[in-house]
Amino acid sequence: MVSRPLTLYEKVWNAHVVERRDDGTCLIYIDRHLVHEVTSPQAFEGLRAAGRKVRRPDLTLAVPDHNLPTTARVDAAGRELPIADPESATQLAALRQNVAEFGVPYIDALAAEQGIVHVVGPEQGFTLPGTTVVCGDSHTSAHGALGALAFGIGTSEVEHVLATQTLLLSQSRTMEVRVDGTLGFGVSPKDVILAIIGRIGASGGSGHVIEYTGDVIRAMSLEGRLTVANMSIEGGARAGMIAPDDTTFAYLKGRPMAPTGADWERAVAWWRSLATDSGAGYDKRVVLAASDIAPGLTWGTSPEDVVAITGVVPSPDSFADPSKQAAAQKSLDYMGLAPGMRMEDVAIQHVFIGSCTNSRIEDLRAAAAVANGRSVADGVRAMVVPGSGLVKRQAEEEGLDRIFTAAGFEWREPGCSMCLAMNPDKVPPGERCASTSNRNFVGRQGPGARTHLVSPAMAAAAAVRGRLADVRELMG
Amino acid sequence: MDAVTHVSGRAYPWGQKNVDTDVIIPAHWLKTITRAGLGRGAFETVRAVPGNVFDDPAYAGSPILIAGDNFGCGSSREHAAWALGDLGIAAVIAPSFSDIFSGNAFKNGIVTVVLPQEAVDRLLEVARTDPITIDLENMTVTTPFQDRFEFALDPFRRQCLMQGLDEIGLTLERDTAIAHYEGKIDAGRPWVNLRAA
Ligand code: SF4
Repeated sequence: MVSRPLTLYEKVWNAHVVERRDDGTCLIYIDRHLVHEVTSPQAFEGLRAAGRKVRRPDLTLAVPDHNLPTTARVDAAGRELPIADPESATQLAALRQNVAEFGVPYIDALAAEQGIVHVVGPEQGFTLPGTTVVCGDSHTSAHGALGALAFGIGTSEVEHVLATQTLLLSQSRTMEVRVDGTLGFGVSPKDVILAIIGRIGASGGSGHVIEYTGDVIRAMSLEGRLTVANMSIEGGARAGMIAPDDTTFAYLKGRPMAPTGADWERAVAWWRSLATDSGAGYDKRVVLAASDIAPGLTWGTSPEDVVAITGVVPSPDSFADPSKQAAAQKSLDYMGLAPGMRMEDVAIQHVFIGSCTNSRIEDLRAAAAVANGRSVADGVRAMVVPGSGLVKRQAEEEGLDRIFTAAGFEWREPGCSMCLAMNPDKVPPGERCASTSNRNFVGRQGPGARTHLVSPAMAAAAAVRGRLADVRELMG
Repeated sequence: MDAVTHVSGRAYPWGQKNVDTDVIIPAHWLKTITRAGLGRGAFETVRAVPGNVFDDPAYAGSPILIAGDNFGCGSSREHAAWALGDLGIAAVIAPSFSDIFSGNAFKNGIVTVVLPQEAVDRLLEVARTDPITIDLENMTVTTPFQDRFEFALDPFRRQCLMQGLDEIGLTLERDTAIAHYEGKIDAGRPWVNLRAA
């Protein structure tokens, strides 16, 4: 009997079906559950009220990130410094107490391994190919870079997973996004995913799980793939996946929580079998040519508002859809931009290099290469926030911190930082930021803040020029 | 969760369209650590305006909210459902809801009733003076004036609401199947386990 050819997503889905119900929904087993302080307190509260326990603490990993200030966490004597915002302090304390009470493995704010959940998971080898990964956070899609089926969930679902290690789900449709060719000079993985979202739109992936394929994805480092998969949710997709290959295995081997010995060999053999079968069909297909992708950025308040750095602010009239015309006008008003302005003429006051999209070592290297020997422009505040304590340590071993600080960048402690206005790092009202994060929504980086999403190298270029800049002019 | 077979009482005759989750519960309330107490933040910006429906003594403590099209759009924050529940709202009637909001409401025992705009308009009128009854048994909304509107509800959700079943409780009843699946992991994908050896 020849079985129907399957996609990567279908294989991982099928491998996790505990039970199929009559209406087609499935009880799906969850292999990995990441927990942070913002979306978990009410879930633990629910367990406590019902007298329930965590079914599989060993498959759960908690780490604080969203609320943590990115300033020093201990004083000169090594004593923990208090957190000024009382609500942040309460959420962080609640996580510490909940993980202790329920026996959940925990990386504390003061541990070297602490970082943004989506940086920590792959870095620790907690995220593995072919696993189901959930977290009460929409950018969980990042973990799909390793060939995991990874998606964000709400707090009731967090509680459901804690109690049962399963979720009741309906299968998504599949969508292939193929990027053919070779990337041009100065074009990074961030530019690739911005181009993809610009093409499919912010709801283009709605109801689908994307699989990224093609030469560009195959040639991309695992860290670059994490950047791409991270923003799947900004294209409206439930999740984004990349078939595991030698790049994936080389990245994972030797990580603290990755399998070892005979388990490793067995795992790799199974992981290889997950690649989409030739002849498998997708519900939707999109193809991009690498040669069409330039260093890009966003001009508006939706991640689909993408333009090349050499381009101009579009006119609302240029959109066919009347509702998009109105949305574009609103975006331009909020962003303080006028149609026809050259993107390279737009002055910025803030630069943020960090977030689960772009805070890994390769991101910091790319930014440091541009910052090296240059200075942050007058009137610009630029900060670099490593994604984890381990990224920070490695960057310091490579001397990247000294390149940044010599150029006038701030070098800070790991956390979500200026990606969202939940901790002290915020962009003031009306001011403009070149940011390596993933959301340019109204108020995302602070009330009235104006965000342009860019790659790490483009962010560094903007910092030294004091305006949005074409990184290619500062390279090589 | 408490079983809900009907929701009866006065209703806030609001009728507002496109109420997003920021209106239901502003973002700064997301830093809380409990589900309880969010009622204080519910509709904060609406309630800042004198004469608003939520602070009108005629409707104080109403278990029903009548709203316009696309109720609960915007973010996926479950805090929106918690805030309504904490305010004492057990059911919302509107011509349409955002999917994520209805899901979150259901998970918290709040009934979302979809009715055509004309029916909603009629209920808005009745609600100014009289109570309304939502009956999950017969799937109807009725008034003291012989109005009777039928609505539809997903059978699984209806069963959960009427029997007070919470999804977690239901899944926990599948323990044998889950344990069986875990046995398959032990045999086939043992590296998934992180139990201390
Ligand atoms: S860095 Fe930003 S997007 Fe990533 S988890 Fe933190 S807040 Fe969410």
